[in-house]
Amino acid sequence: MARKLLLTHIDVPGIQAFDVYRQKGGYRAVEKALKTLTPDEVVDEVKKSGLRGRGGAGFPTGMKWSFLAKPEGVPRYLVCNADESEPGTFKDRYLMTHIPHALIEGMIVASYALGANTSYIYVRGEMMPQVRILERAIAEARQAGFLGKNILGVGYDLELYVQPGGGAYICGEETALLESLEGKRGNPRIKPPFPAVSGLYNCPTVVNNVESIAATVPIINDGGEEYAKIGIERSTGTKLISAGGNLNNPGVYEIELGLPVEEFIYSDEYCGGIANGKRLKAVVAGGSSVPILPANLILKTLKGESRLMTYESLADGGFQSGTMLGSGGFIAFDEDQCIVRNTWNFTRFYHHESCGQCSPCREGTGWMEKVLHKIEHGHGSFSDIDLLVDVSKKIEGNTICPLGDAAAWPVASAIRHFRDEFEWHITNGQEAQARNFGLAHYADPLEPVV
Amino acid sequence: MLSVKHNEPVEFAEDLLGKFAEIVARYPEGRQKSALLPVLHEVQAVYGWLSVPAMDRVAAYLGIEPIEVYEVATFYTMFFLRPQGKYALEVCRTGPCCLVGAERIMKHLESRLGVKEGEVTPDGLFSWRGVECLAACGYGPVLQIGPEYTFYENLTEESVDKLIDELKEKAVAIG
Repeated sequence: MARKLLLTHIDVPGIQAFDVYRQKGGYRAVEKALKTLTPDEVVDEVKKSGLRGRGGAGFPTGMKWSFLAKPEGVPRYLVCNADESEPGTFKDRYLMTHIPHALIEGMIVASYALGANTSYIYVRGEMMPQVRILERAIAEARQAGFLGKNILGVGYDLELYVQPGGGAYICGEETALLESLEGKRGNPRIKPPFPAVSGLYNCPTVVNNVESIAATVPIINDGGEEYAKIGIERSTGTKLISAGGNLNNPGVYEIELGLPVEEFIYSDEYCGGIANGKRLKAVVAGGSSVPILPANLILKTLKGESRLMTYESLADGGFQSGTMLGSGGFIAFDEDQCIVRNTWNFTRFYHHESCGQCSPCREGTGWMEKVLHKIEHGHGSFSDIDLLVDVSKKIEGNTICPLGDAAAWPVASAIRHFRDEFEWHITNGQEAQARNFGLAHYADPLEPVV
Repeated sequence: MLSVKHNEPVEFAEDLLGKFAEIVARYPEGRQKSALLPVLHEVQAVYGWLSVPAMDRVAAYLGIEPIEVYEVATFYTMFFLRPQGKYALEVCRTGPCCLVGAERIMKHLESRLGVKEGEVTPDGLFSWRGVECLAACGYGPVLQIGPEYTFYENLTEESVDKLIDELKEKAVAIG
């Protein structure tokens, strides 16, 4: 059995409650950090652990913390990014639902390390049940003396609040999230200045994903070096993988980084193979934004090596033949799934979620959606494929935030690996039309319905 | 787009104002605008949607301009800008859910309720719409119902029928 650090006690009845979590060794990391370590020593442990941001970008967490500016007399903030919205990703929902104190404990440790006295957990608005769960957990932790004034008598004060979002994928981008937390539209800010210098209320701010923050608990308990022993190369520790699509056992799994992809898909300990006895066609390994790979390339690299669940191995081959670990949103497609339809679906998502600030993204995503819709519904022409490639290239790298790249990559990779299927839709227009599900009148939720 | 058809004046009840005060206290002095999203959720939970007079009240309460509320309410998809059914069903329509049949579920909802996406049933009980990824991709197809955002997972045509029947009974029971 693989080692578990975050979900060790997930099956313990009542682990949602403070008392049970505490009995199982919970809040030891807070005691250890506050009573025996200085804030800088906590940052050092996280650096030693090699922990990389679990939200998608994979930036080293300890390094991010060490960039935080510390001007005299200015408050600093820690904001937890719980705006989990990347299609394919649902690990943070799972963690917050079943073991909320893991996040609260991590928030206290991380806030102490950063010298923040007020911290916020920004939860996507649709997760209202999780907002309530976290609020209850915060009240319990406060009751037990782990939040509020003079925690554990060491003179450290911390207030922790939960903020619901309003349903906008873009707020998962850290500066959009900060705008939203300030009560504004979620328009990403131009960087620099980075949040570490000027973030929430123009104060130095660190924004970390739920899983990254929860991972600081085992790092402090066992030491950063111990954590770094798990995994391969620069992919240390464990990672929560959200497995969805056509799998026998979809769900959230904690894996040790370095697990072979093949084992993850087919072994009964994890996904148990492809549902309904079908064959695997393709995989999106790290959330909808990362390049889609056909089955042969997800199982083995172009060099013929077994593909592993690590940042490096999944990226092997660059975007020509590789992909990214991203947020760990693992979507499996069986042999019956239509790549064109899925690409259109994802592109509709990005068009819907574009904040509209940058023209390449605002216009380009809409354009790609229309062209893909046309091809999917059997009205495309061969020049449309080149047009899609052209538009995607003109979005990539030309926007304030990474949403533009996230919209461009799935289109470019689908065409790169499944061009045949696009061409089939064009040469077999009528057949493509006949396969349509008949939902022709999708109303845009934002459009007025008269 | 804001609804200009409904402009009945709105007066917030004491307990709702109490919740507002609790929310505003979470932010530093002078940063009460941060309360906007949580406050709008509370208002929508009471009224079912956000009318212009309600948003104007919120603006006055937080000491900001009405436009600052409108621009936020129109940006975030969770806020309804016109009346919805008593039960507003929101089905995830994004990739992973579609791989396991979300489009079938939406089609079924449409025929079962007899109204198109975004419309309200004549009895005022139901409306439905497709929404983007709800971060529950391993349990799809899924739908949610506000204001508690109760979640229904692994939907089938049969389980959707059962849910609608239950909601109808519940509506009768609570009058």
